[in-house]
Amino acid sequence: MPQVTYIEPDGRVRTLEVDAGSSVMRAAVDAGIDGIEAQCGGNCACATCHCYVQDPWLDKLPPPSDDEALMLSNVAAERRPNSRLSCQLVVEPALDGLTVELPDRQS
Amino acid sequence: MDPQAPILIVGAGQAGVQIGESLRQEGYQGELLLIGNELHPPYQRPPLSKKWLIEPGAHTALALRGADSLRRRRIDLRLDTHVTAIDRAASTLQLASGERLDYSRLAFATGALARALPLPGAALGEVLSLRSINDSGAISAAIRRCAAEQRPVVVIGGGFIGLEVAASARKLGAEVTVLEGLPRLMSRVTAPIVSEAFERLHRAHGVELVFGAQVTELKGAGGRVEAVRTADGREHAAGCVVVGIGVMPDDRLAAAAGLACDRGIIVDDCARTSDASIVAAGDCTARRLADGRLLRLESVQNAVEQAKSAAAALMGRERPFRAAPWFWSDQYDIKLQMVGLSHGYDQVVTRGDLQKPAFSAFYFQSRRLIAVDSLNRIQDHMQSKRLLDHGLSPTPEQVADAQFELQSLLKDAKLATADGA
Repeated sequence: MPQVTYIEPDGRVRTLEVDAGSSVMRAAVDAGIDGIEAQCGGNCACATCHCYVQDPWLDKLPPPSDDEALMLSNVAAERRPNSRLSCQLVVEPALDGLTVELPDRQS
Repeated sequence: MDPQAPILIVGAGQAGVQIGESLRQEGYQGELLLIGNELHPPYQRPPLSKKWLIEPGAHTALALRGADSLRRRRIDLRLDTHVTAIDRAASTLQLASGERLDYSRLAFATGALARALPLPGAALGEVLSLRSINDSGAISAAIRRCAAEQRPVVVIGGGFIGLEVAASARKLGAEVTVLEGLPRLMSRVTAPIVSEAFERLHRAHGVELVFGAQVTELKGAGGRVEAVRTADGREHAAGCVVVGIGVMPDDRLAAAAGLACDRGIIVDDCARTSDASIVAAGDCTARRLADGRLLRLESVQNAVEQAKSAAAALMGRERPFRAAPWFWSDQYDIKLQMVGLSHGYDQVVTRGDLQKPAFSAFYFQSRRLIAVDSLNRIQDHMQSKRLLDHGLSPTPEQVADAQFELQSLLKDAKLATADGA
């Protein structure tokens, strides 16, 4: 199972085994990771699952859809070049080791 | 009151779960018990009228949080547990089982109940309303039977739930009739121009829309509904009926315990009730605004944000919820996103393509922006949300000018970085 590492807003680091096909957001809320709200449940409608993808993983992810790019334009925390919505990041074996940092606020 | 007694949260939906999580984030170390009256662990409700109707799946797919999440936060969960009364003098909850639970502080997150149709025939079989995961499963099955038997699904109410059910039923291949009492769809919350876009959308997908329909009776045979009769004498054939005429905040326990209620548990913007040891959050509340009016919102955002306020209040801190309300609805391939409260608007300006449709309706009151409805215009929604949250307003002329960039107002206020779209 691919592993995904989350850096929570207070700096704690947790690594989860995530089923391929699940999203980075879904795995986090199931495990009780702090720093992701996901108010819309993964519909790309709320931008409260914002994360920063750590090197070298950004380039290995499919680029954001038009919808995701538009949502990212007004996230609550600082938008950075490595900002993504975690509900749109589908975990697959090639992403084993993916690391995301979570912002201090989502809304 | 025993200060070492647990904090009890009555209601294990979106608001209840969030109160528990936020209490831990606020530093509460004591016992925490989340009490739900359904059989299922906490789950998301928005999909119940959308994709879940089309493809019901495993309960786990709808789970709000995994069991690990509650364990990690030391939130005890009791399901299928019915609270029958609150004794505020003794600080105890009475359960249907006869058990009594002591509390130090209490949170209500009891949600809302589907409004029932007070008409003859409302108790017939296949007359359904939507609130729970079980309701959604029953409606999904009824729609499938209607599609197979080529009998129409009749939806009473042209609001969000009714229209989402109608769209889902069309996707499942059923004929659909929507009966709306007023002259247009979603009339309580949107401008005519938005209602008209949804009217065109549903008609293009083959839904029969009937306006000004005053339902007088549901008629059946063998205990099962067969037709819906309206005041004009028409009978609309029905294989099943879905009643979507709104909800009522569930304030029964709170009202019986003597808390101030008015179609909802009255709370301030910090989610505090009229009892200093009790808070309330989500659909069950009626929030007192600065001008004295009561605001009742049924949305995920309201549940989550009020829950954060409620948790802070239980820890003696003020964390008011004053952000602009937002809401979304999915119908066919249209994503409707709404932000702000349009009540009291005196001007509507649109931006985008009305026919496609991909446009937003901007609501102004005395030339100040108060709300925006966006149909497949995500950027308008996100930018408007930021504008409203920060008390910024474009002029109606700026909105009407397609060349004008709303983002420039955010940049001027230093709320956007240069890379923002």
